[in-house]
Amino acid sequence: MSDAPKPDQAGYYEQEDLLRVDYGPPREDWMRSRASFRPGTFIYPAKPKNLDYIGFPNARQWSPTDEDWKLPANWQEIVLEGIHERLEKYRSFKVFMDICVRCGACADKCHFYIGGGDPKNMPVLRAELLRSIYRHDFTAAGKLLGRLAGARPLTIDVVKEWFYYFYQCTECRRCSVFCPYGVDTAEITMMARELLHLLGLSVNWIMEPVANCHRTGNHLGIQPHGLKDTLEFFADDIEEVTGVRVEAPINRKGAEILFVTPSGDFLADPGTYTCMGYLALFHELGLDYTFSTYASEGGNFGLFTSADMMKRLNAKIYAEAKRLGVKWILGGECGHMWRVLNQYMDTMNGPADFLEVPVSPVTGTRFEHARSTKMIHIVEFTADLIRERKLALDPSRNDGRRVTFHDSCNPSRSMGMLEEPRAVLKGVCRNFFEMPPNTIREQTFCCGGGAGLGTDENMEMRLRGGLPRGNAVRHVRDRHGVNVLAACCAIDRATLTTVCDYWAPGVKVSGITELVANALVMKGEKERTLDFRKEPLRGEEGPRDA
Amino acid sequence: MRVLVALAAVVALLVAVSVGIDVLGWRWLFGVIVPYSAGLLFLVGIVARVLDWASSPVPFRVPTTCGQQRSLDWIPPARLDNPSTTLGVAGRMALEVLAFRSLFRNIRSEVRDGRLAHGSNKWLWLGGLAFHWSLLFVLLRHLRFATEPVPRFVLGVTRVDGFLQVGLPVVNASTALFVAALAFLFLRRVTSPQLRYISLPSDYFSLFLLLAVGASGIFLRHFAKVDVPAAKALVLGLMSLSPRPPAALGSAFYAHLFLVSVLLAYLPFSKLAHMAGIFLSPTRNLANDSRARRHVNPWNHPVSVHTYEEYEDEFRERMREAGLPLEKE
Repeated sequence: MSDAPKPDQAGYYEQEDLLRVDYGPPREDWMRSRASFRPGTFIYPAKPKNLDYIGFPNARQWSPTDEDWKLPANWQEIVLEGIHERLEKYRSFKVFMDICVRCGACADKCHFYIGGGDPKNMPVLRAELLRSIYRHDFTAAGKLLGRLAGARPLTIDVVKEWFYYFYQCTECRRCSVFCPYGVDTAEITMMARELLHLLGLSVNWIMEPVANCHRTGNHLGIQPHGLKDTLEFFADDIEEVTGVRVEAPINRKGAEILFVTPSGDFLADPGTYTCMGYLALFHELGLDYTFSTYASEGGNFGLFTSADMMKRLNAKIYAEAKRLGVKWILGGECGHMWRVLNQYMDTMNGPADFLEVPVSPVTGTRFEHARSTKMIHIVEFTADLIRERKLALDPSRNDGRRVTFHDSCNPSRSMGMLEEPRAVLKGVCRNFFEMPPNTIREQTFCCGGGAGLGTDENMEMRLRGGLPRGNAVRHVRDRHGVNVLAACCAIDRATLTTVCDYWAPGVKVSGITELVANALVMKGEKERTLDFRKEPLRGEEGPRDA
Repeated sequence: MRVLVALAAVVALLVAVSVGIDVLGWRWLFGVIVPYSAGLLFLVGIVARVLDWASSPVPFRVPTTCGQQRSLDWIPPARLDNPSTTLGVAGRMALEVLAFRSLFRNIRSEVRDGRLAHGSNKWLWLGGLAFHWSLLFVLLRHLRFATEPVPRFVLGVTRVDGFLQVGLPVVNASTALFVAALAFLFLRRVTSPQLRYISLPSDYFSLFLLLAVGASGIFLRHFAKVDVPAAKALVLGLMSLSPRPPAALGSAFYAHLFLVSVLLAYLPFSKLAHMAGIFLSPTRNLANDSRARRHVNPWNHPVSVHTYEEYEDEFRERMREAGLPLEKE
């Protein structure tokens, strides 16, 4: 074995090669060209045991690079029936199949197209991959005129192409911001992935977390005693750094607040530092709260699977809130989690009439905008605390950090939480710089690894998809000396670390609450010299040089 | 190839109508039967389309939020780009339909010479807006053929439209803009390799058909000098259900009428139905208030959930050892 980098390692890719993007479309008609499964650009199939565990059909061993995908005998019937069913269930799907005029405004809005140039990564063409089948089998024009009307028959090559390109969409919804009719590729990708699931075609990077979450309550498969150990370990670290011993209440009945956060915060650096930030903050506020082991996942890879799977996983949050008898729910820093909580949870598993409208026990602020779901975002909670001056803060402790903020796709485009994180960051850091306007807020660029694509075997696509974000980070790094990229998303904290190391080396990724905890002056703390990373708190040596 | 197919289809329509009128003299077919059928297809088609879309429910509240949410009192919400009220949604839709708000955001992003650059790109917005607004003006002006007496606002529109004071009859600004915008949209589509790649024959057909409608209209007004009273008599006859195609009208007039008829009949069954579909787009026509008001999904069927009891049954021993509270000891 040689030590040369492999396609699942960033070092395998030369920046010069990735930056030579060819936007010229191929000569061959897109209806005829086939997907080619090149290592680094696709994700491994789900292991059968993961599909079996959650009762998904047609679980089997197969490989995208094989000619034979071992589809069930009546696969065409299954897919067409699946399309029919979804057209009847989703107005969005039906309307988006019909009204696109192929104006092309969406084309260069996709991070994968910008960084890769593959025409089938233009949102319009990604949707046409499915639309062409819809026209062929569900519209009069398609039935009569065939290819002239943009219709083509459902073949095995079409299914392969779907698997390739609908797992090259991060459901980030950036294209939908620019579409004159609001056609949302995320919606189309969700339908296409549901169709692929009917045939047992799925990726392990999503289905293993889903199966884990179903069983253990979180994506990472952390069992109850393991979660307890993890939080105790964090408490030890916090004590070492601050001299203050914090509690990590778990499964405690009668607490006022249930706290739910993505499980990435328990296990993966730098998310762990954000989790320590939560513990320190809640301790300092004397918050009456509890973690849950059964509902130990805020994220929901069901969103990347199917509406029913999303509902099955999400159901645990309200069920646990009810069992524990809490009054309301507080959610941690996660992107797609907040799409589910903001746009799906109440509809799927509500009404939460056994809970109360969230009221901050510290400020008395009543969060009317969450009066039905009874769940608010930690950044909303903290923004209110800072506004009401309820936290003792020393922002100078973050002076070694020159911070920019990455709006995560879902909190910005499926919620609109734009000012709250900025209010918090400006409250705890004195050096805050925005990236260029076309790359933030509702126009923010995806990390390139959302919607279940953030796995190493997909490294080429992640680096290409991460290019627009990485480029904007590099811009503020060079211009303002930015060395910290703050993000309120667990997937970002994992994937943007890779993106920054590759495209903007020297910039570290941090959660928002980690930065809050740096600035937080705790009662009874010793003189603080370290942050939770056990690096100099004030960054005398500077995180840039680390 | 796809361009030629679309062009051939429009040429075939023109050949059909000129043979029909000049050779066969089928004035009743092209002056009465075709317009009536087209009108009927348009009405029935577009109503059926909308009812069909509306028959599928909106299970989830999925607006694309393009601005600040309504949350804390001291943070001003983006009332139009991220509406939380019905009034806000109405405003968002009005901006979308009347001013193409989303398209106005358009930017160009590309990696060139190893650098990613973002730049302003408002041409599509401008071209699209010019086309749609000029089409509206053209339609309003044409109301003078269908009304007697002609309403004052139609006369007003006509007067404004002729402000250029060029030619006799006066060249209407909306006509010029209509043709220019369509020409731009067509050239944009064929000159960009990416757009050419994604374009279907039907995309070109729509453009050619509209261009042919415009060109035949210009020909009638400025070159053939159509017998306006005769044309109006035909239209009024159609409107009053007592059609009588006058012999005074030549094939140029019938070509214009025929192309418009084809356009009407084609519209509900093509991408041009976006004119109605935009109003039903769930990412635009819903308020972002799903945490404040529960959105109900009519097919919210039960799903199998891994219950807490099942969970505790599996992990009870380890939970006990870790000192975690249990439901069943």
